[in-house]
Amino acid sequence: MINSKVFFQGLKSLKGSKSPAIPLAACFVALGALLKDAGFNLQQSAASSLFTYALPGQLVMAESLLVGASLVNIFIAVWLVNFRLYPMTVSLFPLLEHNSQPKWKYYLSCHFLAVTSWLIAKDTYKKINKKHRIDFWIGIGIGTWTTAILMTMAGYLSADYLNKDMLIGLAIVNPVYFFCMMIGAMKDLSVSISVVAGTILGPLIYLISAEWALLFAGLISGTAAFLFGEKNGK
Amino acid sequence: MESSQIIILAIIATSLATFISRFMGALTSKKVSVNSKIFQWFNCVAYSTLAALLGRMIIFPAGVLAESFLFIRIVVLAICIIIFILTKKNLVIPTIFSAALLSFLN
Repeated sequence: MINSKVFFQGLKSLKGSKSPAIPLAACFVALGALLKDAGFNLQQSAASSLFTYALPGQLVMAESLLVGASLVNIFIAVWLVNFRLYPMTVSLFPLLEHNSQPKWKYYLSCHFLAVTSWLIAKDTYKKINKKHRIDFWIGIGIGTWTTAILMTMAGYLSADYLNKDMLIGLAIVNPVYFFCMMIGAMKDLSVSISVVAGTILGPLIYLISAEWALLFAGLISGTAAFLFGEKNGK
Repeated sequence: MESSQIIILAIIATSLATFISRFMGALTSKKVSVNSKIFQWFNCVAYSTLAALLGRMIIFPAGVLAESFLFIRIVVLAICIIIFILTKKNLVIPTIFSAALLSFLN
């Protein structure tokens, strides 16, 4: 059913000089501590990472609860911040597609789609035979997902021992790791323009509309980069 | 409502709002060919949306990161990117260093 050799190859991507385990651990430890602050118990904190597994959305949820936002508001705010997962899935899953693989693998494993797993898969999928790429992806997904859940619990349990400066230090690990990985991915012109334009437009549009910033910044700079790439042979 | 009920409902709302985008993506993927232009477009939009999120996380952070100075965050990011390039794309060193540096400077 699942090719175990390829699955473990995916799982092993947690090790080595490109290991995502440390940055993942850092940001989910910080999240666990924040959820404790927001009044969650240990089971609820673990459940949040188990079922949501998308850090920016979980941050929005915790902050919204702290200011007493309604459920509908939480839903919309999370949807807007996690909408990026839609284009991210569409830009990864066709690469993992193979006729011999059952559909359920794709529909279930899309839950593993988060920035970390996406960047690793985009970086390494070419090394894997097309037929087994989805199993490789499931390996990456199980590894990163499990790390996130365990580290949320670790963060919750160690919250009393972490001081503010340590938490602030942990919180920057995530954007630093993602920025480095994105710079590593800037191999063609259109991707490079997408990254640079998105980085600038994101905070700029945020000044006008906090909620819609990501959606508009992504669409505008992504489309501009695509058109520019088309004109100039990528 | 009790606060624990609100938390459980919030977890469900957050998880649904997140899974919708993933699942729609998996559905759309079945119709998108790797060699098509629309795939290229999705690729650009995915990278730029992610970049927009990261830019926002550094300039207008949520959570505890908001309690550090903007200038320090940008300095830490710049130093870590330089380390990443100098160490031939090692990701472990710059990420560990970023936490230590920010805790120290702050």
